[in-house]
Amino acid sequence: MVMEIVCPAGTPAALRAAVKAGAHTIYCGFADETNARNFPGLNFDRTEMRESVAFAHHHGSKVLVAINTFPRAGDEAIWHRAVADAESCGADAVILADAGLLDYAARHHPNLRRHLSVQAAAANADMVNYYADTFGVKRVVLPRVLSVPEIAAINAETEVETEVFVFGGLCVMAEGRCSLSSYATGRSPNMNGVCSPASHVEYHDHNGVLDAQLGGYTIHRAQKGDAAPYPTLCKGCFTAGEKTDYLFEDPVSLNAEQLIPQLQKAGVTALKIEGRQRSRSYVTQVVRNFREAVDALEEGRPLPQGMLARLSEGQAMTTGAYKKTWR
Amino acid sequence: MSQTTVSVPRCPPLLAVPLRAVPLAPLSASLTAFSRRIATSHPGLFRRLGDYANTPFVIDPTDLPLVILLHPGNGKPKITLTRRPVQGAARIAGPLAALLGLVHGGFDGDALFFSRDLVIEGDTSASLALRNAIDDAELDFSEELMNLTGPLAAPVHRALLLLERRTGLCLTRPEEPAW
Amino acid sequence: MQLTVAPIPFFWSKDTWSTFYEEIAETSVDRVVLGELVCSKRLPFFQGQIPGAIERLIAAGKDVALTSLALITLKRERKLTADLVEMGLEVEVNDLSVLAYLPKGTNFSVGPLVNVYNEGTLRWLTSLGATRICLPPELPLASVEILAKEAEALGVTIEVWGHGRLPLAISGRCYHARLHGRTKDNCQFACEDDPDGLDVATLDGQPFLTMNGVQTLSDSYATTVHQIDQLRAAGVTALRLSPQSQGFADLCHQYRALVEGQCNGEAVLNAISGQTPEIRFSDGFLTGDRGVAMSTPAIAART
Repeated sequence: MVMEIVCPAGTPAALRAAVKAGAHTIYCGFADETNARNFPGLNFDRTEMRESVAFAHHHGSKVLVAINTFPRAGDEAIWHRAVADAESCGADAVILADAGLLDYAARHHPNLRRHLSVQAAAANADMVNYYADTFGVKRVVLPRVLSVPEIAAINAETEVETEVFVFGGLCVMAEGRCSLSSYATGRSPNMNGVCSPASHVEYHDHNGVLDAQLGGYTIHRAQKGDAAPYPTLCKGCFTAGEKTDYLFEDPVSLNAEQLIPQLQKAGVTALKIEGRQRSRSYVTQVVRNFREAVDALEEGRPLPQGMLARLSEGQAMTTGAYKKTWR
Repeated sequence: MSQTTVSVPRCPPLLAVPLRAVPLAPLSASLTAFSRRIATSHPGLFRRLGDYANTPFVIDPTDLPLVILLHPGNGKPKITLTRRPVQGAARIAGPLAALLGLVHGGFDGDALFFSRDLVIEGDTSASLALRNAIDDAELDFSEELMNLTGPLAAPVHRALLLLERRTGLCLTRPEEPAW
Repeated sequence: MQLTVAPIPFFWSKDTWSTFYEEIAETSVDRVVLGELVCSKRLPFFQGQIPGAIERLIAAGKDVALTSLALITLKRERKLTADLVEMGLEVEVNDLSVLAYLPKGTNFSVGPLVNVYNEGTLRWLTSLGATRICLPPELPLASVEILAKEAEALGVTIEVWGHGRLPLAISGRCYHARLHGRTKDNCQFACEDDPDGLDVATLDGQPFLTMNGVQTLSDSYATTVHQIDQLRAAGVTALRLSPQSQGFADLCHQYRALVEGQCNGEAVLNAISGQTPEIRFSDGFLTGDRGVAMSTPAIAART
């Protein structure tokens, strides 16, 4: 079986670009707080979702709808409606993180396939199997804290399909369990679907030296001519003890392209690309590249060498936790 | 880790220099008319701007001797060209080629930003909304211009393509072959 | 209102660890959750002390529970979790995978690192046997009120983060080891020299975060001193106090006096500042502001 490429789409245009570029599956979300990329100008209204699902199905691609924030107390109906609307729009599955919402979906929409979002941070086989047994989850998106042997170990102990991130932004914290962003800005991935939100970002140029602030905290300083990464908290520059550095993670992004054969051997079903906030140009280039890679793998050809570095944050790449020394 | 760079072409002086002398008022009026045409054909663009559908944007092509002030006007846009510094809620600056490439989907906005080919100031959220809205609209300025010029469409289009080839500016939407 | 002592988030020597619980036994707190929350590599250093501490605390009339790890990934950690469940003491679940080990029908409590954001999740956990839930510190008062009401109907105790550096994130990567240029597997226990974590400042030198091995905490000490009345009115019946290396027993006495109505929040903060003048306070998560924000008593009284 050729590995499934799961591609992001922040807009209907990006979804069409992904389909044309060869994505087997596209994931996207409604334009509200129910999904973890609730950014200005992004995402799908109900009509766009219905039309986009139809477009994808017409071209043989699948659509997954991410409803992966944690419903706010008192307002669960908004999330419940999103699940119902995803089903009526024809989505192939919903990607959920909150246990209460999974419970709801399993009861009220039993025929709608359920995937476990990376935001649920199911980081071991017990948890994966528990979600499968309890809520009928068919696929789990594994958190980005695991090494390839650990992924293989999980797959050896479960029948549930696994999906792993291979390209794009990299969380260094266990996803869905981080409130750094709301501590600094009042807005968090779990509650608002945003991390280090643009509304709280300020850039200040002092004679070519570019300071990036988040919520008033200066967390990056780019010298003249240096790359200027977006000021994401966990990839900021800080001082502890005698050291001033990227203490949590360098401003890098994940590229596990060359690990695809190992991930296939580890039993992974689907390869996920991060970046619903990115342009259709990004989507086209990344999907094309990864589709070529999995097709080459399937046909026993050598993997093409990618040229994706420029698309990445700060223009540097890492294989992240997949290599154990990352820890 | 690996690093690569792709260079963004600079607008040739042949194109930029005359703009120092051209009267800007008629050009502004033409661009406003052009933008209203786009607004009519792409209503979704302004819907996507959401909270920022009335936010003034300063677009600064750094290789041209002018800046563009864009008032989205809730779907009734107005464009003012000026040679003086202007204030807007958000400022997006970069070579004309980068800005046009962004509109036409030839470049990725984040990548241009990470490499500092593109600089944003002021309300980052507003800039992001504009970027995302434009990306979804799948605009093609050349196509819009062709529609505008009626019988002269074909020669204008040919001229644009020639200009695109000569200058490296991204003036049309690149058509990606299907998989 | 009950007072709960949270597990020690930091790596303390076994003697410091034991002395701490000796002192806690002498205080008026109602409940103590102990064990290793953050890093499984620390546990062997004080594991032998745990039974003695439990015995001492129970003898002093405290309700005692054992915490799970916050992030369970390795085989060794899964084994530890299975062992934890078999100890027979109440387990505080801080990673949902513990549920896979709990025999059906076992009662348990839920710690602040489990995402309980809404009524659906609260009901689901209750249906599995949760009897007490400490809500995530990120929740605003508006959510706390709704959840406490739901919990009251279900007969579940609701606790909130009352005092201490906020647990903001947990990772597979050890930042203390990274700071010292080591890998996690060869960390040489880089975190042991920082009994309250290591201060992390911004490029402008502003205090911001605290590094604690694989965990990231806030620089500020969250406090609910200005919201006690609102929490009580909402139906919250317990406050969680997170251990710090200096003046903790006294801090417990201060909070006891506060919840008994013998002093006001300002007095508690003054007393704590007297012991540890260098610390900063926050209550922004609860007031719905950004987490680092701190309300003044006047603002707290208005809301």
